[in-house]
Amino acid sequence: MTIAMPAPDAQVIAQRPQIVAALRAVLPADAVIDDPHETRAYECDALTAYRCPPLAVVLPRTTAEVAAAMRVSHGLGVPVVPRGAGTSLAGGALPTADCVILGTMRLNAFLDIDLANRYVRVQSGVTNLSVSAELEPLGFFYAPDPSSQLACTIAGNIAMNSGGAHCLKYGVTTNNLLGATVVLTTGEIIELGGPEPGPAGLDLLGVLCGSEGQLGVVTEATLRILPRPEGARPVLIGFDSPEVAGECVANIIRSGVLPVAIEYMDEPCLRAVESFAKAGYPDCPAVLIVEVEGSKAEIDDQIARIRAIADALNPVEFRESRNADESLAIWKGRKSAFGAMGRLGDYICLDGTVPVGQLPHTLRRIGELSRQHGLEVANVFHAGDGNMHPLILFDANTPGDLARAEAFGADILRLCVEVGGCLTGEHGVGVEKRDLMGDQYDPDDLAIQMQVKDVFDPGWLLNPAKVFPLEASAAHRAHTAPLAAAE
Amino acid sequence: MTVVTDLAPATETEVAAILSECHARRRPVRILGGGTRVENRTLGEPLSLSRLSGVVTYSPGEMTLIARPGTPLPQILAMLAAENQTLAFEPPDMRAILGRSGTPTLGGMVAANAGGPRRILAGACRDHLLGVRFVDGQGRILKNGGRVMKNVTGLDLSKLLAGSHGTLGVLTEVALKTLPLSPARTTLAFPGVDDTTALRIFTAALSTPYDVSGAAHVGGTAYLRIEGLDGQRAYRRDRLLALLAEYRPEVVDDAPWDAIRDVTHFVGGGPLWRILCRPTDAPGLCAGLRAMGGDCSLDWGGGLIWYRGPGHPRALAPHATLIRRADAVGPAFPPLPGAVARIQDGLRRSFDPAGILNPGLMASDATGA
Ligand SMILES: Cc1cc2nc3c(=O)[nH]c(=O)nc-3n(C[C@H](O)[C@H](O)[C@H](O)COP(=O)(O)OP(=O)(O)OC[C@H]3O[C@@H](n4cnc5c(N)ncnc54)[C@H](O)[C@@H]3O)c2cc1C
Repeated sequence: MTIAMPAPDAQVIAQRPQIVAALRAVLPADAVIDDPHETRAYECDALTAYRCPPLAVVLPRTTAEVAAAMRVSHGLGVPVVPRGAGTSLAGGALPTADCVILGTMRLNAFLDIDLANRYVRVQSGVTNLSVSAELEPLGFFYAPDPSSQLACTIAGNIAMNSGGAHCLKYGVTTNNLLGATVVLTTGEIIELGGPEPGPAGLDLLGVLCGSEGQLGVVTEATLRILPRPEGARPVLIGFDSPEVAGECVANIIRSGVLPVAIEYMDEPCLRAVESFAKAGYPDCPAVLIVEVEGSKAEIDDQIARIRAIADALNPVEFRESRNADESLAIWKGRKSAFGAMGRLGDYICLDGTVPVGQLPHTLRRIGELSRQHGLEVANVFHAGDGNMHPLILFDANTPGDLARAEAFGADILRLCVEVGGCLTGEHGVGVEKRDLMGDQYDPDDLAIQMQVKDVFDPGWLLNPAKVFPLEASAAHRAHTAPLAAAE
Repeated sequence: MTVVTDLAPATETEVAAILSECHARRRPVRILGGGTRVENRTLGEPLSLSRLSGVVTYSPGEMTLIARPGTPLPQILAMLAAENQTLAFEPPDMRAILGRSGTPTLGGMVAANAGGPRRILAGACRDHLLGVRFVDGQGRILKNGGRVMKNVTGLDLSKLLAGSHGTLGVLTEVALKTLPLSPARTTLAFPGVDDTTALRIFTAALSTPYDVSGAAHVGGTAYLRIEGLDGQRAYRRDRLLALLAEYRPEVVDDAPWDAIRDVTHFVGGGPLWRILCRPTDAPGLCAGLRAMGGDCSLDWGGGLIWYRGPGHPRALAPHATLIRRADAVGPAFPPLPGAVARIQDGLRRSFDPAGILNPGLMASDATGA
C-alpha cells in the first residue's frame, strides 16, 4: 500500500451502536446494514488493491431517505461515502473505517421519459446501459457510454463525469446532463438545472458534475437524450508506426469529417487481444478503429474521405466493414482488450489525457519508461481526444511489484501533464491520483477548489481523503475550519 | 468605440496587481471586455481587458484554441474559418440589440456563456471551454481545466466561470475546443405558422437523426437549418421535406441565421427578455407573453423565448433574464431558491471576499441588477 489514508476518527468508531440506531430510527429496517459480513461487500471499488470495510452501509430508496440519512450523519459528525456500482478505477468509492457508505443502487426508478422535450428523469442509481435500453424501442439513446455501462450507475457517471467511446461526437456526461436533485451534507434538498437549457445563476450543475461525491449526493437526474443514428460503420486501419497512426488521427480531425469514435491499440495490446479474442487484427505496431454514423450514403461518403486520408499515409491495411458481423469483428478486439490484458496478469489502468499532437511523443516516452521500470505496458485508448489508457502489467503476488507499477504509473501521468495534458480524462482522481494533484495544480489552484468544497460541505464530511492531497486539505482545514466555526 | 479607463492591464500579472490592490482598498471594478454585453448598471471603476489580447496557440489538428480575453471575436472567427473550423456554439453579437458599439471579445463571450442557434446540436460555450486562467477577487492568479478535450482532474471550475459575468474572477486566458466548419447550410422555411405549429415542426425535426442545427421561429416563419457534408445535407433536406410536407416547407438559400442569432428583429423598442423553458411549454408561455402586450420569437427548438415588450415575464416564466433594460424595473437575473442562492453567494464570497468584482451584477437577491 503506497497510498495513505488518514487514521479513522476513534470517537466516531466508538459511537457505532448509536450511529446505527439513529440511522435505523429514520430508515426502513432493510436499508441499514451493519453486520461486518455484509459491510465487507463494500470494502472496495474496482481499485481493488485498496480495501477498508465501512462502519455501516445505508441503501435508501428515495431522496427523502437519503436526506434523512444525511441529517443523521451530519448531526453525529459521521463521514459519508456515496457509492454507485463501485466500478470506479480510482478508488473514488473507497470507504474509511469511520464512514457510512451511502449506496444508491436501490434508487433505480425511471421517473419520466419525455420524448417531445428529449430528456429522461431517473433516480440516480439506474445503470447507464438501462437508460439506453429503456429508450431503444422509442428510437432514442443516452450518449455517454463508458465501457463499464452494464454495471455503472448514472450517479457514478455524474460524480466522475464519465466518458465513453462515442464522446468524440457526443461529449461526456457534463454535456448530456440537464439537471439533478442533490442532497447536501445537512440533508437539505436542492434542484440544480432542469429541463430548460441553462442555469438561472451560476452553473452549479457544471461544478457538481465530476465532483466525485465531494459536494453533495445526487439522487435524481435529468438527462438529455438523442435520436438514434440511422446506422454506424467502423473501419480498421493498421500502420507500421505509432507516429503515422497519430498523424492519421490529426489529419482526420482536420479534414472536417467528425467520426463518433477513433480508438487506438498498440502492439502489446494487439498481441494480447489476438491470443485471447482471435479478432483477426493485422500484425502491426498500431491499429486505429474509426467509426462513423449516418445513412448508408452518408457513411460511404465519410469513409471514402477517411480512406483517402489513410491511403496517403501508406497503411498496412484498411479494412472496411461490409455488414453487421464484420462491424462486430472489428470492435471485438477493442471491446475485449481489458479482459485480454487481465488474462496476462494484474494491471493498473491509467487515464491521462494529452494533446492529440503529442500522442506519438508520449507513446515513445512511455516505451522508454517501460524499459526503465522493467514493467510491460500496453496502450488502448480514445485517440480522437487524446485520452490514453496505458495498462501497466504487474504481479500482485510479487512483493514490491504493485509499488513499482504505481511508480511507473505516476511517471506516465507526470509525462501527460508535462506535454500539456492532465492526470485523468474520465476515471477521476479518487485516492489513486490524489497525491499527484500538486503536479498539475499550484497550491492556490487547489485552494480555490477546496474553498468550493467548503461552501457545499463546510464540515468536510463527504467522501473524505479523496481528490485533494492529504497535507493540502489538512493545512486548508486547519486554516478555514476555525473561521467557519467562528461564523 | 474604446472605453477610456485608467485600468487597462496588458498582462496577467498586471491584472493580479490591480485586483490585489482593489481588494485591499475594497475598491470595486467593473470589468469590460469589448463593452458589448449585459447592461452596465454595476458600480465600480472600469477595468478594460482590451490590451490583454492575442492568440496564444491555435492547433487545428487538435481542435484547440488558446487566447487572451480581450481578443476580438471577429478576428478569432476569421482565423478559424481560414482552417475550416469554427466555435460550434455560434457566439452571438449583441451590439445591435444592446445599442452598443464596442467589439465583442472572447472573454465577454465566455463570461456570458453566450451561444447561438446551434446550441441545440452543439451545446453552449461552457461545453466547449477546455480550461481557464483567471485572477480572483484577491488578486490570486488561478487556473482550472487545461487544453485537452477530456479532463476530469479536480473540480470543474471552468463551468462556474463560464456564465459568471465576471463575478468570480477576471479571465486572463481561455482554452476552447474548435470544430469543423460546415461547408454550407440549407434551410427549410415554414412561412405563416403560429407558435404551436412551429413547436410541432421543431419536435418532429429534432426527433430525427438528421443533426438539425437550428430551429427558430421569427416573425411568423419557422426555420430549420441543416448542415454537414454536401451529400449529407441533400439527404437530410429531402428526408425532412418528406417528413414535414404537411407544413409546406420551402427550401431557402439566404436564411437569416445571423440575424436570428443576434436577435436583430428586436433591435430597439423597449425591454428585451431572454426566457429559458421546457420547449413544449413555449407556445403557452408565448400566448401569455403576447397578452402582456409585446412580441416573441423562439430559438433552440422552443427552449429559448425572446420577449420584447412591457410587463413582468417572470410572473409567467421564472427563468427570465432582462437583457435590455429600457424602462423595466427590478433585478435583471432571475431569483434563485434559498439554498441555491446561499451556495451562489458563498461561492462569490470565496472567489471575491471583498465583493469588488462587478458588484450588483447577477445578484440573487431582489436589490441588485
Ligand atoms: C472495466 C471498466 C471499464 C471502465 N470504462 C470506463 C469508460 O469507458 N469511461 C469512463 O469514464 N469510466 C470507465 N470506468 C470507470 C467507472 O466505471 C466510472 O467511473 C463510473 O462512472 C463509476 O460508476 P459507479 O456507479 O460504479 O460509481 P462508484 O464507483 O460506486 O463511485 C464513483 C464515484 O462516484 C461517487 N458517487 C457515487 N454515487 C454518488 C451519488 N449518488 N452522489 C454523489 N456521488 C456519488 C462515489 O463517491 C465515487 O467517488 C470503467 C471501469 C471499469 C471497471
